[in-house]
Amino acid sequence: MTASPSEPRARREPYDLAVVGAGSAGLAGAVTAAELGLAVALLDTSAQTGGQFYRHPAPALGAVRPEALHHDWSAYSDLRGRLAASDVTHLAGHHVWSTVREDDGTWTVHAVTGADGTSERPALIRARALLLATGAYERQLPFPGWTLPGVVGAGGAQAMLKSGLVLPGRRIVVAGSGPLLLAVASSLAAAGAQVPAVVEAAGYLRYARSPRALLANPAKAAEALLHGTALLRHRVPVRLRSAVTEVHGTDRVEAVTVSRLDADWRPVPGTARRIACDALAVGHGLVPQIELATTLGCATRRLPDGTLGLALDDLQETSEPGLWAAGETGGVGGAGLARTEGELAARAVAARLLGRRAGDGRIAELRRRRDRMRAFADVMSAAHAPGPGWQDWLSDDTDVCRCEEVGAGRIREAVAELGARDARTVKLLTRAGMGWCQGRMCGTAVACLAARGGTAEPPAERRPFAVPVRLSTLASLDEGAADPSPGAP
Amino acid sequence: MPTRNTSDVIVVGAGVVGAACAHYAARAGLSVTVVDRGPVAGGTTGAGEGNLLVSDKEPGPELELALIATALWRELSDRLPPQVEYEAKGGLVVASDEPGMRALRAFAARQEKAGVTTQEVPEDRLHDLEPHLAPTLAGGFLYPQDAQVMPAHAAAQLLRAGAERIRLRLGEEVTGLLTGAAGEIRGVRTAAGEIHAPYVVNAAGTWGGALADLAGVHLPVLPRRGFVLVTEPLPRVVRHKVYAADYVADVASGSAALQTSAVVEGTPAGPVLIGASRERVGFDRTPSTEVLRRLAAGATALFPVLGTVRAIRSYLGFRPYLPDHLPAIGPDPRVPGLLHACGHEGAGIGLAPVTGRIVAACLTGDEPPLDIHPFRPERFADTGN
Repeated sequence: MTASPSEPRARREPYDLAVVGAGSAGLAGAVTAAELGLAVALLDTSAQTGGQFYRHPAPALGAVRPEALHHDWSAYSDLRGRLAASDVTHLAGHHVWSTVREDDGTWTVHAVTGADGTSERPALIRARALLLATGAYERQLPFPGWTLPGVVGAGGAQAMLKSGLVLPGRRIVVAGSGPLLLAVASSLAAAGAQVPAVVEAAGYLRYARSPRALLANPAKAAEALLHGTALLRHRVPVRLRSAVTEVHGTDRVEAVTVSRLDADWRPVPGTARRIACDALAVGHGLVPQIELATTLGCATRRLPDGTLGLALDDLQETSEPGLWAAGETGGVGGAGLARTEGELAARAVAARLLGRRAGDGRIAELRRRRDRMRAFADVMSAAHAPGPGWQDWLSDDTDVCRCEEVGAGRIREAVAELGARDARTVKLLTRAGMGWCQGRMCGTAVACLAARGGTAEPPAERRPFAVPVRLSTLASLDEGAADPSPGAP
Repeated sequence: MPTRNTSDVIVVGAGVVGAACAHYAARAGLSVTVVDRGPVAGGTTGAGEGNLLVSDKEPGPELELALIATALWRELSDRLPPQVEYEAKGGLVVASDEPGMRALRAFAARQEKAGVTTQEVPEDRLHDLEPHLAPTLAGGFLYPQDAQVMPAHAAAQLLRAGAERIRLRLGEEVTGLLTGAAGEIRGVRTAAGEIHAPYVVNAAGTWGGALADLAGVHLPVLPRRGFVLVTEPLPRVVRHKVYAADYVADVASGSAALQTSAVVEGTPAGPVLIGASRERVGFDRTPSTEVLRRLAAGATALFPVLGTVRAIRSYLGFRPYLPDHLPAIGPDPRVPGLLHACGHEGAGIGLAPVTGRIVAACLTGDEPPLDIHPFRPERFADTGN
């Protein structure tokens, strides 16, 4: 599967399809396209495939059963086997920073390799079609104390566990909103941590408003049940309609305050309770990672939880012809949906490139399955949409932007007194979101504060750099950077 | 103080030029309503580097504006809060070879006669000013009058300093002008209703041509796109605004094709800003890898030390370009009550205060600080469509 550096590359350029992201959606897309006869390049930042969901220890760690931490591992091992058997060019360790449509209609994917060390090199891949399967990142909402050491992202805690088999603490409160919390708490408890509480801001009652979507998705129901039993077995209490509204500690987390929330997520006075712990894993759902596409001007859709996903047609194509997307980029829905969409997109690409109609029975089946799981994803997304009252957790000196250390008070001042009305002008006037993470961490919070209680406009920013790039790398883009070095993990 | 729907003057545009017009009108005792379809600094102001330059200007009307503006900015820096980040850092123009140096010398001599302070920097003294400059340059000229501000704060604080005399109506797009029986201005119409005033100032920047259209007059403002490349925060490695000599030629050119010249400067917050590109491609917001490559190549040629520094973002804006590179400032004789203050191309931040002073003088019947005939808005009437 992995091309050796000595392999002649000219015959493969341009590829028929370049796939960005080797998680569930990208893997399914790449192997399907290759099995249909397309020349495929699969790029990913990691050394290993699997993305966030199937993140697993590097072989050097010698984990005997990485699948023990994973749900539905067999689906992944099937894809991994098919990738090994295919002639997909797997470009591991490639950080894609830009995708460009050339005048002849083909795509150029700009990446850098070795970006973590000192040997950064540009790589340039050309392809006739592009599939973005770049997944999602965790949404954070700030609250007093969230910058203390010992506070980690819920998804981050799980990633640490899956890839390094390490725990962020011994007594870990899991908080925020979204189905990921139950999975994280189960994993942490199974790995030996004490979990004194799972604190979920939503009520889960909203799921009950859409019983049809639930009934049509037995796999999702089974998954929740599985986590439920694991939590029961480890005696982990789940507090609904509650939030961690403050973290206590001097050098690191010592305790958290948990408050009951009203329907708008405002803390109910008199309900605050302190829970001792040495770590807090917190997250408020996932945000589709779509900046490569929005930079190209792709249309987006507002998801029920207030985030933005890509607007896709029935066969996973974006508003830009020749650019497809699959998985969380169209709205967070989990690994099963991602695999379905990845395969569907690959079949649509193959039909387009080979000049066939995309209407066979398999496509119809995939579309039905996709629609059913998407409907469930939208229900889930609506159930965990943050209520406007979360802003009441903030005091004026709570840092909202950690990179630039911008407090909520300064953002409120920019909105109330300096004429900021959106995340962009707040950024210009306060530097919130201008730092290293470029607002990926604070973007949601800033957009909410800028909206003054109205509906926050999630920023669909055009970001020419999906990852930071050295100026020397940029400057040498015209000097034959067309030879990507395939990474052999 | 303006009432909800009536004031002495309406300024359309809450960028830095509109803010300066409102600021000086308020200081002259007038009540002002500022209308913008977006936020403060939402257009070209928010995409600018904040240059207050005399160094890039040939002797002529624009340089006269810039010299007055330089003094006004110094005065404003005492009056406005420190967030404006006024910094009299000076500009350094460098030449790569001896012919380039001769051209710089001749240009500087002409500027000196027009009142600009210049200082020749021989090759062996360049590194006293900028220790990290490439070793191969032939020399340069220092312009101590060049300065920098943080543009979004400049606009916001100019408006805020107007206190209760300035009313902001943000997120309201002007959809029409109200006129009386003789065609004279009576106010503007927005999606939210009518606002009344006997004067309207067109400070809509790159969109100033569209506002002129609403008034039934021709003003050919065109967008000239520019990118700025931003690095990760650094300790101070670039002290002045440093640019290559060909920048001046690019600024003065009217070509539609892509031009880039290296312009490098540090900021108080740490990131280094890298410009400058110019191209006329309409309002196209698609990032261009070729522009970014050229900007990076230009910057690393001047400062090789920047090679290992990472670019973390870039942004683009649309300079409001008029065919003769001069802004339109002052009353429009075709529509009584309409004034223009737009078309400053890449110099809007720098020229904002003098523009505001001129507009305020026109509104109150005072003498403007210089002859404004070269900026008369009707000068394109015959050439237009």
